[in-house]
Amino acid sequence: MKKLLNDKTFKNNMITYGSIIIAYAVIQLLMALGLVSSLFQGLLVPLCVYAILAVSLNLVVGILGELSLGHAGFMCVGAFSGAFFSKCLAATSMPTALRFTIAILIGAAVAGLFGFLIGIPVLRLKGDYLAIVTLAFGEIIKNIINCLYIGFDESGFHFSMENTLALNLSDTGTVVIKGAQGITGTPTDSNFTVGVILLMLTLFIVLNLINSRDGRAIMAIRDNTIAAESIGINITKYKLMAFTISAALAGVAGVLYGHNLSSLTATPKNFGYNMSIMILVFVVLGGIGHIRGSIIAAIILTLLPEMLRGLQDYRMLIYAVVLIVMMLFNWAPACIAWREKLAAKYKLKFPTKKSAVKEAE
Amino acid sequence: MSFVQFLISGISLGSVYALIALGYTMVYGIAKMLNFAHGDVIMVGGFTTYTICSTMGLHPVIGVLMAVAVCTLLGVIIERIAYKPLRKASSPLAVLITAIGVSYLLQNLALLIFGADSKAFTSVISLEDVALAGGQLIITGETIVTIVCCIVIMIGLTLFINKTKAGQAMLAVSEDKGAAQLMGINVNATIALTFAIGSALAAIAGILLCSTYPSLTPYTGSMPGIKAFVAAVFGGIGSIPGALIGGILLGVIEILSKAYISSQLSDAIVFAVLIIVLLVKPTGLLGKNIQEKV
Repeated sequence: MKKLLNDKTFKNNMITYGSIIIAYAVIQLLMALGLVSSLFQGLLVPLCVYAILAVSLNLVVGILGELSLGHAGFMCVGAFSGAFFSKCLAATSMPTALRFTIAILIGAAVAGLFGFLIGIPVLRLKGDYLAIVTLAFGEIIKNIINCLYIGFDESGFHFSMENTLALNLSDTGTVVIKGAQGITGTPTDSNFTVGVILLMLTLFIVLNLINSRDGRAIMAIRDNTIAAESIGINITKYKLMAFTISAALAGVAGVLYGHNLSSLTATPKNFGYNMSIMILVFVVLGGIGHIRGSIIAAIILTLLPEMLRGLQDYRMLIYAVVLIVMMLFNWAPACIAWREKLAAKYKLKFPTKKSAVKEAE
Repeated sequence: MSFVQFLISGISLGSVYALIALGYTMVYGIAKMLNFAHGDVIMVGGFTTYTICSTMGLHPVIGVLMAVAVCTLLGVIIERIAYKPLRKASSPLAVLITAIGVSYLLQNLALLIFGADSKAFTSVISLEDVALAGGQLIITGETIVTIVCCIVIMIGLTLFINKTKAGQAMLAVSEDKGAAQLMGINVNATIALTFAIGSALAAIAGILLCSTYPSLTPYTGSMPGIKAFVAAVFGGIGSIPGALIGGILLGVIEILSKAYISSQLSDAIVFAVLIIVLLVKPTGLLGKNIQEKV
């Protein structure tokens, strides 16, 4: 036990888990006391969704070291497959907890499958080319779902890419996915507790993966592909592993998102490249490869526009300015040097990259 | 005959994409960054012309010149404030995210000033439509001007890069920054010049785009921006002829798939073609293949 307590990664992970549990307890307490506004309560599930997305994207961007701009596509696949399942079984007497659990598993499996299938060709590319191809896949997924019609009657499922009439449903059939109108009437099973449990599960999976043999192989590929290959690491296998797990976790976030509101549509705003970019912003701002940072950045950047609501039209403008300033402050070499100088003056210790390297030495 | 009609409007749209893609490709070649705010410079160009021509009622030529001037200045300012401090940052993603921040900033500024509703853009081009083949084939003045503009700019830019000192400096900086600096080239000024040219082209592209598809919102630039980015990658990012070929191919594919396959799926088809091209030729049609060495 003592050895475990001295282990730096173990301590770090416990801080991450612990702070989430404490935050959860505090919010529950405040809610019980009636101190939380309904606006904030409505944000709790999206906060969990974005945190899961940020953590899962960090697995690809930070740990595998590849830039993916199609994360919203996997979220979209997960959301629709999960919501499809729930909607189909909403009328049956299946208990909610069981139905939602299966929906989450289905969402994760389908998104993971998509990640695997897309990953096979895509991961041969590098850098910006990989980024643009993942962006393209994300847009294709969104585009196809917008034209997809699925319904069912007693003779089974019917598919169409045109309209509801082309489904040829019998009189008793129901249309589940209505093209651009998406899925309406999904049971709203998501709540804050489920969101936090899923976030903890995501963290557990990702943090354990990073500290495992497989995770170290993935990081070796990030640091030097050729060196990793020369010591016998199977590049394709580990790249695909990271990519698939990340996609599956994005699918879980999608299911959570899809069950939060009763209607689900694939618009450019929620599943387009803008969403993928926003998740990437969380990851980069929180620190590439820092799991806890991703969660913090996701929370801050989701709450910021809401906290600025009093400023009305100016809030998104301020959001943009804050984003630019934070990026400059965090990443510009001149700013880092200035921060270090300041820290030396006041004998403070900011964990900057340079000082971390010095410590390691 | 309708096929030829579609082909011509495809080439026209493709010319606009090519002009925008040029900005992406030049900036990528020299600064190795994806300038996500480039699409929004197009929108700024459109709004500048709209303000001068429709609101103030001045001559279109003044509108075009002012749009070019405003965008050029904007490009240089953005580079100086948002990108230059991050040029030596430890991760190339930092500048990418800042570019996204700039993109949000421009969109929301436009939203504050002009509002979210779509503005009707009056075409700045007063050329008569040309009817060919006994009236079966109609080519609009906008189409002609767009294609001619694109050709003229491509020729001008190629000459500029190959024949002038500044152009050669741009090539040198994109090849090797350190060596270029040792040869006495002002690297900062050259990068600023690249941003200036790219943004000026974006302004022209914005005006041409709005003249053909006359509606203007703060988000007008973002989809053409992404498409042009795709076009730049398609042709091989960093390559100027590649941007032209990529842009025109993309425009033609988009219009033809809208006409013959499905208007809803046209974006999916464009992106699918991009994926196929990249899987066969991972650095785009004309991109240089750089082998990684130990």
